[in-house]
Amino acid sequence: MTILEAERLSIAFGGVRAVNEVSLAVPRGMVFSIIGPNGAGKTTLFNLFSGLYVPLEGRVRFAGEDVTGLSPDRLARRGLSRTFQNLQIFFRMTALENVMVGRHRHEATGILSDLLHLPSVGRQNRRTREAAYAALARVGLEGEAVRPAGALPYGALKRLEIARGLASEPKVLLLDEPAAGCNPVETRELDGVIRSIVKDGVTVVLVEHDMRLVMNVSDRIHVLANGRTLAEGTATEVRSNSAVVEAYLGIHGSQEAAHAFG
Amino acid sequence: MLTHRLAALAWVAAIIVLVPLLFPSAYYYRVGALVFIFALAATGLNLLMGFAGQVSLGHAGFLGIGGYAVAIGPTYLGSPSWLSILGGAALSGLVAFLVGKPILRLKGHYLAVATLGFGVLVAIVLTNEAAWTGGPDGMSVPRLVLFEWRVSGSQTWYWVAAVTFIVGAVLALNLIDSPTGRALKAIHDSEVASSVLGVDVAREKLVVFVISAIYASVAGSYLALFNGHVTPDVSGFLRSIELVAMVVLGGMGSVAGSLVGAAVLVVLPQTLTMLHDYEHMVLGLMLMGFMIFLRQGIVPSLAAALARRRT
Repeated sequence: MTILEAERLSIAFGGVRAVNEVSLAVPRGMVFSIIGPNGAGKTTLFNLFSGLYVPLEGRVRFAGEDVTGLSPDRLARRGLSRTFQNLQIFFRMTALENVMVGRHRHEATGILSDLLHLPSVGRQNRRTREAAYAALARVGLEGEAVRPAGALPYGALKRLEIARGLASEPKVLLLDEPAAGCNPVETRELDGVIRSIVKDGVTVVLVEHDMRLVMNVSDRIHVLANGRTLAEGTATEVRSNSAVVEAYLGIHGSQEAAHAFG
Repeated sequence: MLTHRLAALAWVAAIIVLVPLLFPSAYYYRVGALVFIFALAATGLNLLMGFAGQVSLGHAGFLGIGGYAVAIGPTYLGSPSWLSILGGAALSGLVAFLVGKPILRLKGHYLAVATLGFGVLVAIVLTNEAAWTGGPDGMSVPRLVLFEWRVSGSQTWYWVAAVTFIVGAVLALNLIDSPTGRALKAIHDSEVASSVLGVDVAREKLVVFVISAIYASVAGSYLALFNGHVTPDVSGFLRSIELVAMVVLGGMGSVAGSLVGAAVLVVLPQTLTMLHDYEHMVLGLMLMGFMIFLRQGIVPSLAAALARRRT
């Protein structure tokens, strides 16, 4: 069953079609990867899914409903969360507080009860803190809970964003290059993290350049090039698709393509 | 978290009670009352600036609305002063809602200029609507009477202002430690990340703008009642700048900092008058010195220095 669907999605920036009539359907409970050379439109597609961009043409459907043009916060409240390629961390907050913000959509907020700090707010704060702590533990950051986010190394911040997204208990989690800037050990740990997320029934959509990670965890792979769909299939199918190999060869040189698909 | 907060409040309460023991004359109570009144306005503005990261260069406009509410209400509308304080606060909240809805979409410098425009607008209205406001000369403000109790004199106002500041500070600290408070801090650092986590950024900004306007309005009412007189200067551009300076000097995002910032900017000009011609120069130099050496604001910088020494 499809949980997230793009139907002939297009968006243009200054006459350039960054995403051009892309259609794809993400089945529930899978790891669905979107790959392609730089500038293929992967992050733009994520921005369209998460409501940061409004498409020029086409529709987005989420959990059976047309959500085209819905604001990011509304989509988030319906259960769509994401991470960012270039980090969007709350640097003034601790790691735990960062993740607590992820619980926002589950918190009852009343401005009067918040100002008066009614007992219900205290109880809710405790529940939020516990859930946030659990989310931190899932990415192995429970030891860093009280550290200011600004003091954490890059790889930890990447995982912090995943924990923050997880804390919102999304139906779909969009991961935008979670392995970028991580060392090989951290990247390998990501395999397990992503598998455990899916095991909990969360659908993962992954944009990633690290082909070892993509080939390892993906149930399906969608390949973009120049804003258009190039191919879609399982890891094996994509790897043996000549158009895909060519797109990578043309842009990255044989070394990387060989490494990616070898 | 809660015990930490209570400890901080206990300190502030102790200071409020103990400092008057050192006061040699009623004049000091007067200065003290002004400190708490401005600290109240600064605390509200700090919620907007220090936590949500939205600047306002027109907050004295709300001081003006509150100040004139307690002048016009009793004089022309027959509403008692205490009710006029509430009426002014409600009006300020409403105005903040109507003004904030369009202008809070703006960011950074653009928002600063838009709020500046709002403050100037209020000052112009207060100056020109002479039939209601007495024009540039302002108008006198009847005394506050609460259940037959005439609130007058510097000493009385010291206590009234102090208690009100404490209430304001507690509400602000409550807000910070709540879902709304976390959302505000998140907005400060990344609006995009906040929104994809379900935070309605526009709504939260509007909420905190309204709250900060109400703080300023109550402070404005107190100021007018305390002085027994109000002029359009209360919402002048310099007043707005002064409020911003209190927040930044004391420490963005620190409620205690708002009290310290207000204290410095109220007390310093009073003590520096003995320098006569050099008063403003020395004040300016001191403010520059504070910002150079205590870059995060007085309270956060000193707290960080203290934490470093302990470890």
